[in-house]
This record gives sequence, C-alpha cells and structure tokens, in this order.
Amino acid sequence: MHRVVVTACLLAGVLHAAPASASSAESVVVQDPYLELHSGPGRGFPVTQVVDRGASVELLRQRTDWIKVRTGRDHEGWVNRSQLERTLTGDGDEVRLPGPTAEARTEHRWEAGVGAGDFDGADVVTVAASYALNDSLYLRADVSQLFGEFSNGWLGTAGIGHIFMPQWRVSPFVGIGAGWVYVEPSATLVEAPSRSNQAAYAGAGLRGYLSNRFLLQAEYRQYLIFMDTNDNEVINAWTVGFTHFF
Amino acid sequence: MDRRLHALLLNAAVAAATLASPGTARAEDPVGASPGTPQVVEPRVARREVKAPAIDTENFEGGLFVGTVSIEDFGSSLLYGARIAYHFTEDVFAEATLGSAKAGNTSYEDLSGSAQLLTDSERQYTYYDLALGWNALPGESFFGSRRAMPSAVYFTLGAGSTRFGGDDHFTVTLGSGYRLLMNDWLAAHLDVRNQMFDSDLLGKDKLTQNLQFSIGLTAFF
Repeated sequence: MHRVVVTACLLAGVLHAAPASASSAESVVVQDPYLELHSGPGRGFPVTQVVDRGASVELLRQRTDWIKVRTGRDHEGWVNRSQLERTLTGDGDEVRLPGPTAEARTEHRWEAGVGAGDFDGADVVTVAASYALNDSLYLRADVSQLFGEFSNGWLGTAGIGHIFMPQWRVSPFVGIGAGWVYVEPSATLVEAPSRSNQAAYAGAGLRGYLSNRFLLQAEYRQYLIFMDTNDNEVINAWTVGFTHFF
Repeated sequence: MDRRLHALLLNAAVAAATLASPGTARAEDPVGASPGTPQVVEPRVARREVKAPAIDTENFEGGLFVGTVSIEDFGSSLLYGARIAYHFTEDVFAEATLGSAKAGNTSYEDLSGSAQLLTDSERQYTYYDLALGWNALPGESFFGSRRAMPSAVYFTLGAGSTRFGGDDHFTVTLGSGYRLLMNDWLAAHLDVRNQMFDSDLLGKDKLTQNLQFSIGLTAFF
C-alpha cells in the first residue's frame, strides 16, 4: 500500500513538474510526526497545510533554511529544514539536506568576509578570503582600500593564521603575513609622487559565531612598512567585519 | 572498624572479580554469563547510504537598479547600477552594490555661466558598497483578494568607496528598502540610501549626504 502511494506521488509529481521545469524534483518520505507548510520562506509566514508522517513530498527549491515542497495533493508551501532533516527517499535511503550544522564550524574550508576600520588614521574597507588547512590553521588573503586625509591607497596581503579554539563560540586568533601597500596623494592636493612599498604584519583578534555559518570578527594588526629610506614605518590598524563560510 | 575492614575486603573481591571476567560479562549481569558464552544479541549495524538531494539552493540574489541620486551641491542625476546579495539566513544578508551617475552643475556654475569646478570625467560619480542587511519586517503583501506575495522591509549598513571629483572617498551607507517577491525567483525592490562621505571639493571639508532613491529587479539563483 505504502509503495503504491509513493509511486503514485512520484508519478503525479513527474507529470505535474513536466510543464513547469525540465528538472525533475526530488521526492522524499516524511519521517517527522508532521510537516508544517508555511506560505513563505520565513518563520512568521502562516501555516497553510500540514503533511503527516509517511507522506511523500517533492523538494522544489531551497532558500536559506527553508525548502519549498509540493505535496501529493498538489499543495505547495515552505518547510523549515529542521523538519526535513529526517526524511527518506522512495527507496528508503536517508536524505541529508544542504545547510549548516554545528560540526561545520571545524569542518569547513573556505571563508569570505568584509570589514571596515582604521589604518593609522585612514579609513579602510577590506575584503578577505581564507582557506583552512586544518581545524585551526588557515591561509588568508586580504585586499583593502585606504582613504586617508591626504592620500588614498590600496593594500594587499597574504598570510597565515591560527584559531586557538575553533569549536568555541568565541575564539581568539593570531596571524602574520606580508604584502604590498600602494599610496597616492589626494587629487585636491599639490602633486606628490605615489609610492609602493612592501609591508608585513602581525595581528590578533576575536571571532564569534552569530549563527552556524556566520561570524563577526574584530582584528588588530601592526604593520611594518618597508620604506626606501632607512626608517621603516610602523602602522597600527584595526578592522571589524563579518565572515561567512562555505 | 571491623565493619569497615569487611566492606574493604568485599570491595576488593568485587573489583578482582570484575577485572578477572572478560569484557562482555559484567558483575551485575543477571544471566551470569561465563567466558565463552556467545553474544545473545548481535548488533545489526545497517549502513545506510546518506543521500544529498538534487535540490536547487537559491541563496544568491542579483539584479539591476535605476533611480535618482542627489549629489550634495551638484543637483540630482540619473543613477543606475547592479547589486548582488547573499542570504545567510531568513533574517540577514550581505549585499555588494556598484552604482554610477553623472553629476550636474553646482548653482554657482549655473549662475556664473562659464566657470566649471570639475572636468567632465571628474563629474562621474561611481561607487561600490559592501553592506550587511537585516530583513526587519518580513511579511506578505496583498494584491486584491486573490494574490499574496512574500515581501520584506529591510535595513542595510555598509561601507565602501565613492569616486567623485577625481578622488576616492570612504563612504558609509545607510539604507532601507522593500523587497517584493513576484514569484519564486523574481523580486522587485524599492530602495532609499544615504551615502555619506567627507569632501573638500568646495574648499571646506564637510560631510556630504547623498540621498538616492531607486527601483530594481533581482533574480534569486
């Protein structure tokens, strides 16, 4: 009986999906006591339908933690991922929906983030990407635009960092790296030559998870700018930003 | 004293018995399994294949917008640009925006007739903005009695750069918008932004407020 229902649902789904899109939607069997179908992808949207355990639903699309499903009776609605974590395919295999898990904190590889802050009195906007070598060690590259009172510039660095307690909600980290800084005088001032110098940094900061994949990060860095003259320039900088991992 | 010694000896005896018995047999086993007894219940570890369903994940949103920007001291101009957003959760998203406009004349330039403060290329107003957005008021908008579309009023806070007057300016942008999902993947936007940056173009350093209003279309992918 069960198999007949599943097959019928699958068949109905295939027939129905055909005109809408070429991709065939995946069908799963509900294992939770029931599914609540919301009218939109958010917790505040009203529940318009309920699907019981054992029924088959088609997975149409996913947006953040919400999955749009179609029931056997052709009702469509959005279900939270947490209610669909225990589902089976028609063949009885377990289905795991894509999305963040707590383990992802230490299992992910790529991170991307943006931030803003201060670079020795100049404003700075930073874009960063990092690749984790293991739980706590990562390679990182940053590109920053600098906006000073008398000059503007760009800063690009690459480095290596260490997260002390990657499994903690808030963890300190340190990093070192090197790169280039390019500075050109502001257009409204008298002409002065633009210059490009090598730079190195050492930094430390704190990062804290706001959700399983999203974290806030604050970092202090001390840069050493290697000048053409004998005196190297020391610059203190800090940034605050957010990071997301994939 | 006597009782304590008794208890100590008893404990030692139990401990010795526990250690002596092989792994499966435990002191409290009611069956009293002796070494060599076959395991009564064999664990059935059925390895199930965990499958990732072929589901379309749509957390990116990209599109174009057009509107008007009021560049402080330089009048209002046509604004156009592109944006891409990534939705972390149903509440929070990140958004990168690129925009461009051509500034008009200051009142002084118009009145004096010929004096030009900026060259043609310096009048080009281009910016990028990296922002964090918050869907503060999600909900549904109703059109008549038959159609309900998901919508959200959101706020953004961003930082970026504006190139204007031949100079790059660090820019902080505050914004608010309304997103209306017309179907599962197409959204219309109404946006108001205030881009704030320091400028000394007219001689004195001041914080300029550059308000913009735009409409846009985006697609989720």
